[in-house]
Amino acid sequence: MYPMAFTREGDKIIIKDLNGGQGIVGRLVDMGLNVGSEAVVVRNQNTGPLIVSVKGSNIALGRGLAMKIFVDNVR
Amino acid sequence: MKYEIALIGNPNTGKSTIFNSLTGLKQHIGNWPGVTVERKEGEFNYGGFKYKVVDLPGIYGLTARSIDEKVARDYIVNEKPDIVVDIVDASNLERNLYLTLQLIELGANVVVALNKIDLAEEMGYKIDVKKLEELLGIPVVPMVASKNIGINDLKNVIDKSVRKKPTEIIYPNFEPYILKLIDILKQDDDLAKRFNLKYIAIKTIENDKYVSEIVKNSKIYDKLKPVMDEIGNELNKKYEDAELAIAEERYRIISNIVNSATIKKGGELTISKMLDEVFTNKYLGVPILITFLWMAFNFTFNVSDPFSGIIDMIFGWLGDFVKANMGEGWLSSLLADGIIAGLGNVLVFLPPIICMFFAFSYLEDSGYMSRAAFVMDKIMNKFGLHGKSIIPLVMGFGCNVPAIMSARTLEDEKDRILTILVNPLMSCSARLPVYVVFAGAFFSAYAGSVIMSMYVLGVVLALILAYIFRKVIFKGRPSHFVMELPPYNKPNWKNIFGNTWERSSKFLQKAGTIIFAGVVLVWLLSVFGPTGYMGPEALENGELLANSWVAVLGHALEPIFSPMNWDWKATVALFFGFIAKEVVVGTMGVLYGTGEDQLTRALTGAFDPITAYAYMAFVLIYMPCIATVGVIKQEIGTKWAIFSVLYGLALAYVVALLITIFGKLIF
Ligand SMILES: Nc1nc2c(ncn2[C@@H]2O[C@H](COP(=O)(O)OP(=O)(O)O)[C@@H](O)[C@H]2O)c(=O)[nH]1
Ligand SMILES: [Mg+2]
Repeated sequence: MYPMAFTREGDKIIIKDLNGGQGIVGRLVDMGLNVGSEAVVVRNQNTGPLIVSVKGSNIALGRGLAMKIFVDNVR
Repeated sequence: MKYEIALIGNPNTGKSTIFNSLTGLKQHIGNWPGVTVERKEGEFNYGGFKYKVVDLPGIYGLTARSIDEKVARDYIVNEKPDIVVDIVDASNLERNLYLTLQLIELGANVVVALNKIDLAEEMGYKIDVKKLEELLGIPVVPMVASKNIGINDLKNVIDKSVRKKPTEIIYPNFEPYILKLIDILKQDDDLAKRFNLKYIAIKTIENDKYVSEIVKNSKIYDKLKPVMDEIGNELNKKYEDAELAIAEERYRIISNIVNSATIKKGGELTISKMLDEVFTNKYLGVPILITFLWMAFNFTFNVSDPFSGIIDMIFGWLGDFVKANMGEGWLSSLLADGIIAGLGNVLVFLPPIICMFFAFSYLEDSGYMSRAAFVMDKIMNKFGLHGKSIIPLVMGFGCNVPAIMSARTLEDEKDRILTILVNPLMSCSARLPVYVVFAGAFFSAYAGSVIMSMYVLGVVLALILAYIFRKVIFKGRPSHFVMELPPYNKPNWKNIFGNTWERSSKFLQKAGTIIFAGVVLVWLLSVFGPTGYMGPEALENGELLANSWVAVLGHALEPIFSPMNWDWKATVALFFGFIAKEVVVGTMGVLYGTGEDQLTRALTGAFDPITAYAYMAFVLIYMPCIATVGVIKQEIGTKWAIFSVLYGLALAYVVALLITIFGKLIF
């Protein structure tokens, strides 16, 4: 388990843990990023926000937030 | 008999498109009571019945974390519409159905409008609509709203469903707990009458604040409390967090539904992917954004130029015509010197304003704006702003009023206030007339660059002030950035032209009311003085004009601006510019004379290039117009509205003074 910020473009990941406070976690879940969901890292340029594709939509996430979302790689 | 139906859905699913197709021109825009979220209502007739349609805000869930979500939930819970039409994006079924399940939980009578079928097919998806209906237990209508496909089917299904009972949703892992709670809840008749008890039960398990309050005030709370605690303990042992566990249960059910109702799975949109490869690139993203803005401005100026020329000609001709045919009386002067000269100078800018709104509506509709937020997030953060702040800031180039309202997408209060406070520094199209007139008169060879420098100055000041305000007033960091990036759209001209028209017609309305009243007031104060009525000659004769009320006002204000060397007419124009910044030119039209040539000649007598540039900067900064102050008050309160006026005046004065001092030193 490691922060989403450290993934690479093209990685297939599974969400393991969400942190960052009630409000933000709830919003992530509403947008389809619940624990257990699989996603693909579309953009991670080691600077600026990331883009992940989850349940058919592209969600942009700030780098600070991506440090608080823990993921694992899916083979 | 009149039925009430509500439209709801995730953002960007086609709600506005469907709303417009359903209701046509029978629309009415108001505000939700108590909050400033826009409430759109319309009507249509079908099968002998009248339907009132209410457009709810675009939202992802019903937990009511934002004003938008709260509005939607309260409306469905309290006003109980006969039908809730849930607009679901077929190309993004799984995420969209999350809201659908929550609507069913609420006990709403839901009809799903499965929109963007074309897009889903383009991506390779094939959905079994019958199966989806069966699994969800509610009607599903496939549609392509942008091509008007399925609208009639939707009306038909609404008509058939109004008298039906809502369906129910079952969450297997939680059903025993839910039933246990309902058993107690139903002993309160009042509660049972007002709410869907299943909703209350689920929300009790989720520890929802709103429902907790309702339950606490019920007469069965004493009986409920021990059961609630027992269930809470049990669930906490089983799952870490009951709320998240229910969310996962919803997604699990959705995933099953989607898997059985999808005949063919699709991939991603290759074009969107390719565009994002470039537009969100860390090196290319910002230069591309600047290029797009540059293109928007170029389009605005080049396309509108001939049209402005025509309008200028017409008003010039009108003025001469009135003077020639109506004699020298006061009415002729009011018409020619006041209304035609004043309004003419403002309406010349209708073409660029329409073009600018068009360019921004196009950028918005294309889906590019959210990419702008993406690439700017890091830079905006450096100045204490949020990535999403860029959208209101860019829109500010058109008009600050809708721009400030668009800041509602910022969930965090501090981010939102900060974004709104610096927004007036984004130079709106109303300030353009002033730049054009002055740049044309004093910097003809470099007019374009000088005008551009005003926009740049506005942006630079906005960023510096945001930085300072964040450090001094709103301590802390901008909130986390989360935003959906919708696929790029082929231009939907109906939407783009509709948006352009909606905004441009607001400008026309303003020209017809506020600006009109402004120039008439200036005319009146020019032909009257402390000595009484002086007649229209005052506008031709400088000595007479010097005795008018405007002159009195101008001379009173002049000392304040004496370091900048502006004459009293320019000062008075600033005073009236508070009504609307277009009035600055309108006033000058009345006081200095109409038509580009005459105004230019008069201005070159009154200013030199340095004082003119300082004046332009002052107009850029000095204070938001009445409409903007009004919307700031509406959005974030009187205190901040006053603050924005005061800091604007102070900043404008300092900047204009610095330009004058350094200008004189250097040149
Ligand atoms: N491909 C496709 N695009 C659509 C359809 N319906 C709406 N759109 C587009 O989706 C975008 C968002 O539509 P809009 O009505 O503004 O959505 P809202 O945000 O939910 O109000 C617009 O660019 C529409 O042109 C559809 O059926 N198919
Ligand atoms: Mg809309």
